[in-house]
Amino acid sequence: MSLYFTQDHEWIRVDGDIGTVGISPYAARQLGDVVYVELPGIGANPGRGDEIAVVESVKAASEIYAPVGGEITEVNKALEDDPGTVNDSADEDGWFLRMKLSDMSELESLMDEAEYREYCEGL
Amino acid sequence: MNSGGRPTRPVAAGSNPPQTVSGSKALNQVQKLIFEIGTPRRTGVDLPEPKGTESRLGSMERKGDIGLPGLSEPETLRHYIRLSQKNYAIDLGVYPLGSCTMKHNPRLNEKMARLQGLADVHPLQPESTVQGALELIHELAHWITTLTGMPTVAMSPKAGAHGELCGMMAIRARLDADGESKRRRVLVPESAHGTNPATAVRCGFSVDEIPGTDQGCIHMETLREKLVHGDDIAGIMLTNPNTCGLFERDVIEIADLIHKTGGYFYCDGANFNALVGRVRPGDLGIDAMHLNLHKTFSTPHGGGGPGSGPTVLSEALKDYAPVPFVVKDGESYRLIEDADNRSFGRMCAFHGQMGMFIRALTYMMSHGADGLKQATEDAVLNANYIQASLSDVMTPAFGGLCMHEALFDDRFLRDTGIETLDFAKAMIDEGYHPMTMYFPMVVHGAMLIEPTESESREELDRFITSMRSLAERAGSGDVENFKAAPIHAPLRRLDETRAARNPILRWKPPDEPPKAAKQA
Amino acid sequence: MRYLPLNENDRRAMLDVVGVGSIDDLFDDVPESVRLKGLVDLPRHQSEQAVERYVSALSDKSISASSVPFFCGAGAYKHHIPATVDHLIQRSEFLTAYTPYQPEISQGTLQALFEFQTQVALLTGMEVANASMYDGSTACAEAVIMATRAARDKRRRAVLAPGLHPYYAAATQTLVQTLDIDINERDTRMGRDAHVIDHIDDDTACVVVQSPNFFGEIIDLRPICEVAHARGALLIAVFTEPVALGALMSPGEQGADIVVGEGQGLGVGLNFGGPHIGLFACRQRLVRQMPGRICGETVDANGERGFVLTLSTREQHIRREKATSNICTNSGLCCMAFTIHMTLLGDTGLKRLAALNHETACALADEIDAINGAKVLNDSFFNEFTVRLNTSAAGVVEVLASKNILGGVPVSRLTPGRNEDLLLVCATEIVSRDDMRVFGAALEETLS
Repeated sequence: MSLYFTQDHEWIRVDGDIGTVGISPYAARQLGDVVYVELPGIGANPGRGDEIAVVESVKAASEIYAPVGGEITEVNKALEDDPGTVNDSADEDGWFLRMKLSDMSELESLMDEAEYREYCEGL
Repeated sequence: MNSGGRPTRPVAAGSNPPQTVSGSKALNQVQKLIFEIGTPRRTGVDLPEPKGTESRLGSMERKGDIGLPGLSEPETLRHYIRLSQKNYAIDLGVYPLGSCTMKHNPRLNEKMARLQGLADVHPLQPESTVQGALELIHELAHWITTLTGMPTVAMSPKAGAHGELCGMMAIRARLDADGESKRRRVLVPESAHGTNPATAVRCGFSVDEIPGTDQGCIHMETLREKLVHGDDIAGIMLTNPNTCGLFERDVIEIADLIHKTGGYFYCDGANFNALVGRVRPGDLGIDAMHLNLHKTFSTPHGGGGPGSGPTVLSEALKDYAPVPFVVKDGESYRLIEDADNRSFGRMCAFHGQMGMFIRALTYMMSHGADGLKQATEDAVLNANYIQASLSDVMTPAFGGLCMHEALFDDRFLRDTGIETLDFAKAMIDEGYHPMTMYFPMVVHGAMLIEPTESESREELDRFITSMRSLAERAGSGDVENFKAAPIHAPLRRLDETRAARNPILRWKPPDEPPKAAKQA
Repeated sequence: MRYLPLNENDRRAMLDVVGVGSIDDLFDDVPESVRLKGLVDLPRHQSEQAVERYVSALSDKSISASSVPFFCGAGAYKHHIPATVDHLIQRSEFLTAYTPYQPEISQGTLQALFEFQTQVALLTGMEVANASMYDGSTACAEAVIMATRAARDKRRRAVLAPGLHPYYAAATQTLVQTLDIDINERDTRMGRDAHVIDHIDDDTACVVVQSPNFFGEIIDLRPICEVAHARGALLIAVFTEPVALGALMSPGEQGADIVVGEGQGLGVGLNFGGPHIGLFACRQRLVRQMPGRICGETVDANGERGFVLTLSTREQHIRREKATSNICTNSGLCCMAFTIHMTLLGDTGLKRLAALNHETACALADEIDAINGAKVLNDSFFNEFTVRLNTSAAGVVEVLASKNILGGVPVSRLTPGRNEDLLLVCATEIVSRDDMRVFGAALEETLS
């Protein structure tokens, strides 16, 4: 299992050809208290960089983009009732969705954990 | 001996006042919701008993209660008067909301707006019976076109954002008429108010953002670059003075560049109050601009409306104006209500915000050409006076003078642990409404202060004293009190996260679980 | 100048603090070529008395609704407004407050909005309502856009049933023309087109039906809802007279998904067409697609109940080009007037007011139907109905006006070139028996 990050602060944890996507604790802090997460329909087929979700705090809204292309297989329904999970556990329970990757090579352009940490320090 | 002698000097107050049984605190009265105090059987209106004739409602009668509580007249008055006392208002104190322009609302405006022959007329009465009302609209249009130096004005838009739609739709109609339908890109500065991009998209355009310079104005180099391949450009939406409170020095060149590339110049007129009587937008090369009658011409904000957004249009766009409009035909006035083939259509039922027209014209006539110019100058002077008086303790976002509003950033709060929000809430305890904050977004922790011309020098000095003291307190690390502010307002800070995570948007009877909405 | 507190001494001292020599220096960024020299060509300032004289003279040139027998409706309705309403909305704290962005010092406006939203939801039979829109016609256009958004832009058609107020249809057509929405409008007498359901297909995002419709006819929404829902479309119910909802089964009860309408009839005067107040309500599941401001309940730091504007991430100031609407303002003060009038009425008062309106209109319909050359066309109506005349309705209205009677609205004024013999007549509780007799006699005389 391996973990990748995008410059837009999404993470994707890959197990076989299934990736779990969420936003980083850094991004969750920047947003403030998350109050609503709009999730995509299962079966949608976003390409890399397509908008797949919207996460809203009281005073801000951010689009979430697909770190890689693929098919949405599962969404985290628990976020509907308790969007605060994104703040409390951005990298675990606050995951947004799972997708079946269409092209594993797209992962190569993403950052690993160390690179991402360095990237955040530079912001 | 007279036994009426009572203590007439206070004894020293205790440090911890007890909670009151009622929950009220003297003038700050607790007031429950009408649903908790009224009943469906009570009413504050006397109406005759219906005689009970046979209904012709087509078997669609309502059965059962609606669930609306009623209150008698004294209860109604007390309810709303108590509520009113929990509101801040211009009539109560300085309301320095930048870009919102909270100026004095003359009461003559209100009196005139209630004259029977203007307020109590139906929009579809025969024209012969509403000549005075039509003449008033025509006269206001004359004042507006003269002040803006533009050939025509569409009067029907119901608010500023509706006026923006009007201007952008006129641009689109003209482009389409000229076979220029490929022009769908609109340039919008990063510092623009959110309505600008929202309006552009609503009109079927795409938005291309232009960055600003570190002096708060539009980045001309980037603009020129974007115009090199400009054959898909529909126009630009620019606020002037811009949202940083600065006059766009290059405005004439911007207009020329846009026109040369085949696009049109939309000006957001939200800040026209900084120009009235000194600069005519028509001389700047503008093609369309909305006015906010509630900002520039003193119609009341009313807790969020109603607005009114007459929109001036250039020669190039005037034939595309929406219906209806008023024309003078000899000695009488007529309404043109049907769109000919050029007009882009109708934006709303009826003729626009007549009630606001009356107030705005009353304001304009009261000031006259000289007073309107003086008001503009005083507004700009007041803003600069505040900026100059605070620049050593707060941090102006840009150097130099400002127009009608002074923009500060939060550098002076750096490392204090206090944020713009906390600073704003502390102003409430000082008896002031906070300034506009976090707008424009191009400035970190923005604080936009617009005093307007309505404040006296003495009032400004008191405000400045409070602001300086707050800035100094923030600098000395008084974090706890800033985070707790306001403490003297009717309520403490409200939990907005809770409101948004679990929206409760209406009252429901207490025994009902919140998710099972009642169908009346 | 009575509104400007600064005097010349103040100005000079303040310029010194700013560090400039003159007012002109403050406008240094304005290019020389566009600085106005001298004053614009308009009159100079005037006293309160002089302005009052001028505006009053304009007022005197119009015939007001209260001064003559009055029968106009067609989207704007004359009702008696209790004196309390106008007194309260002139309270400085309501009149001169801004949008309640600072909830700690805006609880008055916010609590009133929360009560207003609840009243509108109850009246329309819906789950939630927003804090109002500009007017009924723009609310209608926003509802259509909302419906296409709710369909995630996958459905591109809106079916407007005949009988929708022509100005509502026109405003909707104008305001959504750039969104690629196909509007299917049919022109049938009285708007009783049972075939509207035939126009609903799988690409239809919404069906827009007004009841009572423009001609006054009451439409049963239930069969239309059934077909719309079966096809996956939303039903948008429209009304122009809020008092009618006091007598009629609510649109929510009939199955509507979004209800929009004009609220002017309660608390807000005719105002020659504006400001009025748009009401907007919908089902709970659609709330995040709803345009406009919304007020919600919460608690403060001490746990006391309070109210805030909420769900604002839908709005333009946060979402910018992705906002649900470009709207900033609601109809604030009209909202106050509406909610205060509703509070005075309560359930009992509103139902009685509605019953009185219906009774008055029934009596007038009988009076007119008995006249040679006039025939009431409605099968059903609330307080407004359509009359077919044996001549041009516009001409008749002019003749009546010359006799100081405002005798209704010619349908052709809103549908140019069509329906020239149709007259819309409205009778609210303000119409007296005498008014009816005067109107009936004058109409009879004009038609004979």
